[in-house]
Amino acid sequence: MATAAASVPMPARRDPLAARLVRVAAKGPVNLVLAVLGLLWLVPTIGLFLTSILPQSTLASKGWWQIFSKPSLATFSNYDALIHNHGLLDALKTTAYIAVGNTALVIVIGALAGYAFAWLEFPGRDALFVVVIGLLVVPLQMALIPMFKLYDYAHLFDTVFGIVLFHVAFGLPFAIFLLRNFFVGIPKDILESARIDGASEIWIFLRLILPLGLPAIASLGIFQFLWTWNDLIVALTFGQNTQPITVWIFGQLREFGSSIDVIAPASFISLVIPLAVFFAFQRYFVQGLLAGSVK
Amino acid sequence: MVAAPPPAAEPGKLGRYATGVLFLAPAVAVLGIWLLYPVGYTILRSFFGQTGYLGHWVGVDNYRHLFTTSTLVTAIKNNAIWVGVVPALVTALGLIFAVLTERVRWAVAFKTVVFLPMAISAFATGVTWRIMYQQDPSLGAINALGRAVSDFVSSPGVLPSALPSAANLVATSSGGILLKTPLHPGGVALLGLTGIPPDSVPKSAVQAVRPAPKPGDVVGVVWRDFRPGGGKPGVVEKEELGIPGVVVELRSSTGKVVQRTSTAPNGTFDFSNVEAGTYQAAVSAQTFAKPFGGYAWLGPKLITPSLLVAYIWIWAGFAMVVIGAGLSAMPRDVLEAARTDGATELQVFRRVTVPLLAPVLSVVFITMIINVLKVFDIVLALAPESTQSNASVIALAMWRTAFGGINDFGTGSAIAVFLFLLVIPVLLLNIRRFRREV
Repeated sequence: MATAAASVPMPARRDPLAARLVRVAAKGPVNLVLAVLGLLWLVPTIGLFLTSILPQSTLASKGWWQIFSKPSLATFSNYDALIHNHGLLDALKTTAYIAVGNTALVIVIGALAGYAFAWLEFPGRDALFVVVIGLLVVPLQMALIPMFKLYDYAHLFDTVFGIVLFHVAFGLPFAIFLLRNFFVGIPKDILESARIDGASEIWIFLRLILPLGLPAIASLGIFQFLWTWNDLIVALTFGQNTQPITVWIFGQLREFGSSIDVIAPASFISLVIPLAVFFAFQRYFVQGLLAGSVK
Repeated sequence: MVAAPPPAAEPGKLGRYATGVLFLAPAVAVLGIWLLYPVGYTILRSFFGQTGYLGHWVGVDNYRHLFTTSTLVTAIKNNAIWVGVVPALVTALGLIFAVLTERVRWAVAFKTVVFLPMAISAFATGVTWRIMYQQDPSLGAINALGRAVSDFVSSPGVLPSALPSAANLVATSSGGILLKTPLHPGGVALLGLTGIPPDSVPKSAVQAVRPAPKPGDVVGVVWRDFRPGGGKPGVVEKEELGIPGVVVELRSSTGKVVQRTSTAPNGTFDFSNVEAGTYQAAVSAQTFAKPFGGYAWLGPKLITPSLLVAYIWIWAGFAMVVIGAGLSAMPRDVLEAARTDGATELQVFRRVTVPLLAPVLSVVFITMIINVLKVFDIVLALAPESTQSNASVIALAMWRTAFGGINDFGTGSAIAVFLFLLVIPVLLLNIRRFRREV
């Protein structure tokens, strides 16, 4: 995106000098406005981090900015305490299981279906795909009550597997939509020649579609990972002792003031991993966003 | 599942159908059990009573509850505010950011910063902003900023809690403290105050001094008329501190303020060159002005606006990135042509950029409507339990009704169906868009 903008040559030399001067002068305020806005966007996250490295005793009377006048207050003792907190460690583990399990399953099931919708013939294909598109916007509230009952019956309640499968179902329409649209763009010749050479559909799927579809699969994977890592409502409904980190922190919120030394660092830990994923795969994230912004 | 192949079918077509079905089977199974079955069940369930697999038939009673139960009505009203405010603001902000970032060199850095919240969970965002929104200006950054502004606009009183110490001093209706004893040039005004906690005495304060009378001047002292053990009211004693920075007024007999001055570190003040006459001295109301106490951002009245701000903070980056992509795909020559023809930047923006971007803007707008209808986590994280009913939205009301203690699955299902009905127009729009593409 940024590269697309940069590659456009600027025909600046044709502009009248006055217009050019005006444009340069106009950039001062723009820079200033954007700098202020950028700062505004950073402050809450910085505030959370600074809160997380202050001892609780100092936070009862003054906000996180006291650290600027007394940097010596900074301590990692809150984090130190959390590292030995079994509740949090278990929650992190549960979160990782849910996020990774869901991401893997959505990619596999979604890619298979996406390929079928893009390149395999079967009756009612387009009608079925329309159903998938319809499912894109179904609020997950529609499934909470029925699945709650079904999970109780099928002993899936309070299991990582149950939570993962719920996420998979609500991730699939988007996954199929995204991958099908990407796979359709793969040149037909490649597939046809493989088929003429007698390759099986499974071989084509594994050796051609998956490698060629990697950018879309990466976008999808990041989305799914973040979506499940950040989920609250599904785990809150279908888990009791199976608590991911969001639910674990939620349990502490009742005593916001007095447990801030737990809440702030735990929240920061919970957002560090998505941030790392985001920075590592920013390009794919943006691609997926652009492809899927109809959801 | 597969119908008999049509007569003209090539050999192997059935096999290919089977492959398609096999590839599709896992997805169909998961979607069937976790999406299609629940949708059907929830719709059916919404016409039945509170408990049981189906319970007893209640007709549309559950839907009636939706518009008669006050907590649910509040949730619907709040969600209407969300829909009315957020999509428009997010789209507008995204557009502004996208257009502005095209003009600076550090666009990538800015975009990253604004886009960051998208990776953070709505839940962690709630916690983050809850810290920002603390009501005590010493704890919450936003109210701290509010206090800084209010201190700047009208400086806060030195002594928010002081009381007069002697009988000849009275509190006036305007909020100041007046010395009733009439004064003449050459007189001394003793303005003793009590009720001042030791830590609110300004740090620069030193031992109070009773000033010597000066001909032609009215002099005096404002001091903390209290020392450990008590002391005599109305008398400047050892260990009693002067109060610096207090604004003192000299008023004529008609009550008009003739002179104004402020006190020295030892509490003394001096009105010089006072004309002959009768005067009164007063400590101005400003001295006792209460400091800014902070807005209750998390209180019942402001909680929804506070939530909207935090939510816009998350999603502005999304709008900026999508609109930015649309912007960079825009034909440059059209813009340049308009500029060469002498259009101002504002005209280019309004007449060329925005109309060309309309499809992208509508995608962002619609996406945000959907997001806002489903908003849930951030309310649970940001709103304290005491204001959650005031902050409630449809998705949260559904969860609280079905799982939050009431456990009314009938009404819960009706709320879910109501939410579903609200997104159906978008569902149809998506399908129509797909049909057009094919």
